[in-house]
Amino acid sequence: MTPEELAEFRRRQKSRNLALGGLLVFFALLFYAITIVRMGD
Amino acid sequence: MTAATAQTLPADWRDFFALTKPRVMSLVIFTGLCGMLAAPGQINPVIGFTAILCIALGAGGAAALNQWWEADLDAGMTRTSKRPIPAGRMQRNDARDFGIVLSISSVLVMGLGVGWLAASILLVSILYYAVVYTIWLKPRTPQNIVIGGGAGAFPPMIGWVAVTGDITLMPVLLFSIIFMWTPPHFWALALFIKSDYAKVGIPMMPVVSGQASTRKQILVYSILLMPVAAAPWFIGGTGAIYGVCAIVLSFIFLGLSFPVAIRRSEDGDAMKPEKRLFAFSIIYLFALFGILVADRVATQLGLIV
Repeated sequence: MTPEELAEFRRRQKSRNLALGGLLVFFALLFYAITIVRMGD
Repeated sequence: MTAATAQTLPADWRDFFALTKPRVMSLVIFTGLCGMLAAPGQINPVIGFTAILCIALGAGGAAALNQWWEADLDAGMTRTSKRPIPAGRMQRNDARDFGIVLSISSVLVMGLGVGWLAASILLVSILYYAVVYTIWLKPRTPQNIVIGGGAGAFPPMIGWVAVTGDITLMPVLLFSIIFMWTPPHFWALALFIKSDYAKVGIPMMPVVSGQASTRKQILVYSILLMPVAAAPWFIGGTGAIYGVCAIVLSFIFLGLSFPVAIRRSEDGDAMKPEKRLFAFSIIYLFALFGILVADRVATQLGLIV
């Protein structure tokens, strides 16, 4: 892999990790909210 | 960067997003939301949001599975050759895994958070699109759109069931409207891009049965669409705002279908009537479901009976 390709590899890896991390945080918050709502039913 | 290197790089998150067919998803989200808002009863905003999210995730998962299965066909068509897999930006199996994860998680979250009836319909809709339509019918019969179009008809039913918890005639009618709307909508598109489908051997109606038959069937479905679209008013499920608008919109739809039905295209034809019908068909569905919600709100406010 050339330095340019390695840099691109790292960039994509980082953007995917950030997207996945954001998704996990979002679902954690969503499940928390669903639990609170369901407890009130 | 060589094509081989591009294949070894991890796919960009934007390519995963593109796999979910965001433009189709916008219509799915809209009709699902309208089904939910038009349903009698109340739903907690968090649960409602979860239901719409799951409908969107399920549609995205099914779309990813569709692109995984049809990657070779997509590569042969101009309209789809830039998609992530045929363009070489993503490994085929990554799309399959992404589609499976989205599909399963959407059904589970729907079941746990909203209800298992809505989750069951969501599961059926995903299997309907990914298996019945994509794998089974699309490569085998020119009626693929008629039967497979049912997959896109599920979202308003799921939205409705998420609120009410049961299946009545109204959500079935909302399903029927999209079911009847899909053939003229898609065949209008297939008429002006039919050369692409012919190239990859997909038996779309214009390719197999020819233009004349397709144009006639567009008109037949447009005629059938009118009573189905107005049926929610006839059975007393909506007020007059929806009923009158549904009839007017359906007449315009029919009016645009008519020139498509009676003409024949030649080489170099701009296909304007077909493109006009296709464009209006999208407006038609957005308008019809938007008015359905407006009618419901007007009824709740006591503006109409």
